[in-house]
Amino acid sequence: MIVDRLDIDAVAFELATGWKIKPEGACRGDVCVPLDRSAGAGFNLFATAERLGMAIVADTDAGLWSIGPASLGGRSLTTAEAPELSLPDVLTGEDVTVSSFRGKKVVLASWAPY
Amino acid sequence: MGGAEVLRPIVEAAGPEHPSLLDATHQMDALFGVTNIPQVIWIDEAGMIVRPAERGSPAPQPTEDPFANFVFELMARGTTHPEWYGDRIRDWAAKGAASEWVLTPDEVIAASHPRTRDVSEAAAHFALAQHFWSTDGFSTKVLHHFEQAHTLQPENITYKRQAYSAWSFAKTHDDAARFAQSPSPGEEDQWPFVSEFFADAKQYLGLDLSAG
Repeated sequence: MIVDRLDIDAVAFELATGWKIKPEGACRGDVCVPLDRSAGAGFNLFATAERLGMAIVADTDAGLWSIGPASLGGRSLTTAEAPELSLPDVLTGEDVTVSSFRGKKVVLASWAPY
Repeated sequence: MGGAEVLRPIVEAAGPEHPSLLDATHQMDALFGVTNIPQVIWIDEAGMIVRPAERGSPAPQPTEDPFANFVFELMARGTTHPEWYGDRIRDWAAKGAASEWVLTPDEVIAASHPRTRDVSEAAAHFALAQHFWSTDGFSTKVLHHFEQAHTLQPENITYKRQAYSAWSFAKTHDDAARFAQSPSPGEEDQWPFVSEFFADAKQYLGLDLSAG
């Protein structure tokens, strides 16, 4: 996730990372991670990223920051609930979401024409 | 690699019945822990992952394309039964949750690829490399962010292959260079990366692609 400002709010954070900020903490699927709100009630990107093990890399020349995925727990997945994935169809250009296949088994196969 | 313009003719020729999606920003890495291709994820009817990203090489298919046959042979190398992965999927399709290949949620999480803070930082650098490459073309800044990603997560071959392809294409502007995964003979000194695909495959996949 690349941002050009660090004062993003909880809604933008959820859209970009899938982690929803709730009263009980940062939540994704069936996992909620308590957050330290001693500094105030508002969303704090740095504190939240630190808690979730997300690296923040700055490219100061370009005025951009890149936020890596959560490393909390030491595995790629923190929950078995499939995250939402929305990507454009190669042929139609229209976005397709994995969640639109609920009710069917999905085999998500990655490939590239290297 | 390139975008939809590179993939479209391949998808059209194959004519799959399923959607083919373009993941230009490597969301599959960040969301599912994909580190190479072909890696496959199984998701059940309720939206639960029942197998995390894992090697899922296809069995050889009938083709008269010598290169395709070579790639199939490479992917099957080291396996005694090339149909193994397809058989697992067919078993799941037939038996559902009763399939022996279905994992519990805790097993899925435990079997997903390791992710340290360094891996998170690698993903952040890779995203910047992709961003600057797509907006401004290949540059020393793009190379810097690719190199950081490669150093922080050396086992992520997807990050490396993307960089090899992008650098090689920028150097020659030849479409064939998009498939470059190692320096051309005689140009080894110009190769800016600490590794190349054949060394990566040997170290991280246990595949010696130079033999046979």
